[in-house]
Amino acid sequence: MTLSVFLFFAFAAVAVLGALLLIVAREPIHSALSLILVMISLAVLYLLLGAEFIAAVQIIVYAGAIMVLFVFVIMLLNAGEEERTDWSKLAKYAGVPLGLILVLALAYWMARSTIAGSAGAAAPASAAVSTRELSEQLFRTYLLPFEATSILILIAILGALVLAKREE
Amino acid sequence: MDFIARHPVLVVSLVKIAVLMFVVMTALAYLSWFERKVIAHMQSRWGPYYVGAHGLLQPLADGIKFLFKEDVIPPASDRLVYVLAPFLALSLALTTLALIPFGPATISIFGQPTQLVVANLDISLLFLFAITSMGVYGVALAGWSSNSKYPLLGSLRSSAQMISYEVSLTLSVVGVLLLAGTLNFNEIIQGQRGYYWHSLPRWNVVPQIVGFLCYFTAAIAETNRVPFDLPEAETELVAGFHTEYSSFKFAMFFMAEYANMITVSCLATILFLGGWLSPFPDRWTLLQYLPAAALMGLGAYLGYDTAVHMRGIARMQLAVVTALALGLGLFCLQSAVMAVIQGPFWFLLKVGLLLFFYVWTRATLPRFRYDQLMSFGWKLLLPVSLVNLLVTSLLILLLGKRG
Repeated sequence: MTLSVFLFFAFAAVAVLGALLLIVAREPIHSALSLILVMISLAVLYLLLGAEFIAAVQIIVYAGAIMVLFVFVIMLLNAGEEERTDWSKLAKYAGVPLGLILVLALAYWMARSTIAGSAGAAAPASAAVSTRELSEQLFRTYLLPFEATSILILIAILGALVLAKREE
Repeated sequence: MDFIARHPVLVVSLVKIAVLMFVVMTALAYLSWFERKVIAHMQSRWGPYYVGAHGLLQPLADGIKFLFKEDVIPPASDRLVYVLAPFLALSLALTTLALIPFGPATISIFGQPTQLVVANLDISLLFLFAITSMGVYGVALAGWSSNSKYPLLGSLRSSAQMISYEVSLTLSVVGVLLLAGTLNFNEIIQGQRGYYWHSLPRWNVVPQIVGFLCYFTAAIAETNRVPFDLPEAETELVAGFHTEYSSFKFAMFFMAEYANMITVSCLATILFLGGWLSPFPDRWTLLQYLPAAALMGLGAYLGYDTAVHMRGIARMQLAVVTALALGLGLFCLQSAVMAVIQGPFWFLLKVGLLLFFYVWTRATLPRFRYDQLMSFGWKLLLPVSLVNLLVTSLLILLLGKRG
């Protein structure tokens, strides 16, 4: 087993574990921390695929900015432990079987797909994209969608501001 | 030996990490000595004086004290997060140092030619920001998990402050990136080679003076230092986010703060002050004796001090330091060492000056009030760094060349 395959499985396991902890944890801060763990392991997976820039941005934006805000808000509101209710009937009888079917279907399609044989090990070198190439794609070829997205985000921020400041 | 032969890169990296960790840990300890000494002299006091000659063994005494103190974990705290927070703070602070190039020279370890940097990435700068952006968790979680009023207030302040100033910090650096056209530290430094008007070093600090000032101000705020040390304002919040921490966990926060100072100063040196480039032209070949001469000069002064001012055990201790300085100076005279030492010498000199500036501000400036801090960050620093970015891009566009 080469190092990159080993790292892939290690961090994939950490990502799944973090995602599980995120749901299971009762303390909101613990959930937030688990989510940060997921973000970081995803960044490492990007790194293994040779996408350095995406990995760094993943950490800067998600782990470094968005999750800091989450933690900040949780701390500010001093949110207590979450309360558990009994499962709803729908979740029990429809959710569990459907979830299982989804997992099986995903596993089936992944096993059948052509990249399965080379997963993890062979991907890097060829897929490596430099920051320059990426930015050229982003700011030349896909400039309009990029700008549209940023305006969309700006509108969302303004909307949040208006909603939060609404007078009684 | 077989293992070394089969994994040269891994082994060389480990050796470099070990050396770097040793140097940085020593530097952290003596940075606290340096800070106390400088502030003391600025305030007409002596500072650390009794443990060792000139208080030189004070860091060691402090370390031993921290190790042997009782390690209190408040019963109402969130144990896991409480223990995790200092580790997070220190390990993140130390990780960033792996990206810092200390010199251009190629040295060989176990026959493997390698540079004076642990990890030379294409995206060094982004990676560094990725790690420092996580730094806020150490402080935030420490305050929250203590389950106590003042630490919580301290960490709330610090989260808000670090988020606010991170924006200006990042923006102030973009001007340099536009000039350099790369994210790799070594290439950024190489791009600053040469001179303006044959005399002024072509460092980014000249065209980017506004960016440099914004960067350094934001950096002081990012590292929670005076005048932006509200998260641990001792007159209001006892000791801020680390009030409940004792023993070695407290020491870890302390070390993380100093490590962050070093990182931030290294980054300023790389981006604005030409990194390991010498300010003097290469043709002044006599200057390569400067590191050795500086060490020998220090040794000579210490020798004079030993002989004239010191008595008893302090005299023996200072004699050892003198011998070390002279020995290192002689070591630097060897031609193989001399070639390697040039880059690190200038780099460390610049970093040292910036660190002195850090200490100087602490001795000089009073603390900001919280609302002043916020309005300064958002209403002055952010617009200025934005305008700097716009002007820089405009000039590059109009002049049609970099620099």
